[in-house]
Amino acid sequence: MSFINYASREINCKIVYYGPGLCGKTTNLQFVYQKTAPEAKGKMISLATETERTLFFDFLPLALGEIRGFKTRFHLYTVPGQVFYDASRKLILKGVDGVVFVADSQEERMDANIESVENLRINLIEQGYDLDKIPYVIQYNKRDLPNIVSVEELRRELNPTNVPEFEACATTGEGVFETLKAIAKLILFDLKKGK
Amino acid sequence: MANPQLIMYDEEFKQINVVIEKLLREANAKVIFLVDKNGQLITGCGETERFDTTSLASLTAGNIAATGGLAKLIGEKEFSILFHEGEKDNLHISIVAGRVILVVLFDTRSSLGLVRLRVKKASEELASIFGRLMQKSEEKEKSGDSDFPFAEITDDDIDNLFS
Repeated sequence: MSFINYASREINCKIVYYGPGLCGKTTNLQFVYQKTAPEAKGKMISLATETERTLFFDFLPLALGEIRGFKTRFHLYTVPGQVFYDASRKLILKGVDGVVFVADSQEERMDANIESVENLRINLIEQGYDLDKIPYVIQYNKRDLPNIVSVEELRRELNPTNVPEFEACATTGEGVFETLKAIAKLILFDLKKGK
Repeated sequence: MANPQLIMYDEEFKQINVVIEKLLREANAKVIFLVDKNGQLITGCGETERFDTTSLASLTAGNIAATGGLAKLIGEKEFSILFHEGEKDNLHISIVAGRVILVVLFDTRSSLGLVRLRVKKASEELASIFGRLMQKSEEKEKSGDSDFPFAEITDDDIDNLFS
């Protein structure tokens, strides 16, 4: 859950990027890191293996500016996507304020996407959250590749509840900030509603 | 289950800082941090400017979460104290009141025994402050008496963040 500090006038929120292995979660964070002004970002931390597969998580703190005199900070996390890292994924979902599901648009990754969404729902329940109730957006990544599934089909399989969705190519940055902006917006409105 | 939202007020923030500054002196420590279990830095004192406090907070919480996972696997509730020994600097990490993490960084000018002793005393004081804090937020929520700054937030406010 978000942390509101009246003493230092800060609001901190946690966003988790979820999705199957190699779908582009870390690439999303790397693009945000590259394109953010130095004064607005902290150090990006990647706990990865030697082959650059995420082992525990990536972490990127972003200070977006002020709303009504309160500094607004977002902490972006990714989970390790590979199936056998499930214990780590559960830990990272603790205290989450909003989730971005990054889907791999390639045909052969469709099953992995479906499995990962189901895994997300189950792991959230374990932490006491309901995917249908928390701020949640979906990103269809890798739209630049040749062997991709249509957005209609991705929507049918992965987005039955019709949450905000974005087409993206995380390596070039297309759709990356649109996705981040959408989830940040949902979280802030959720905070507003909660009070 | 999900932890309730942590809200910090001026009064308790000052009290907490008094406790950790006292701990810093008495334990002869270099730096002390308080971190939310979700990875958000609450406050710190000592030579904080020498460290990337945000990353430290996030990794500490990850560390606690991972060892907590380990504890559950062997049938423990949690490991309430972690100690990392380095060549020069050491980290003493402990859980206070079940939800915040107290991080004490110290070198050879202090010792593990002294740090443990002082941390124990400070933890009790911190636990009672956090207890009051939780009670206060609950009461404020129940009475609907919230000076929450986002109640009046608009679409434009949010769009401006990204401009």
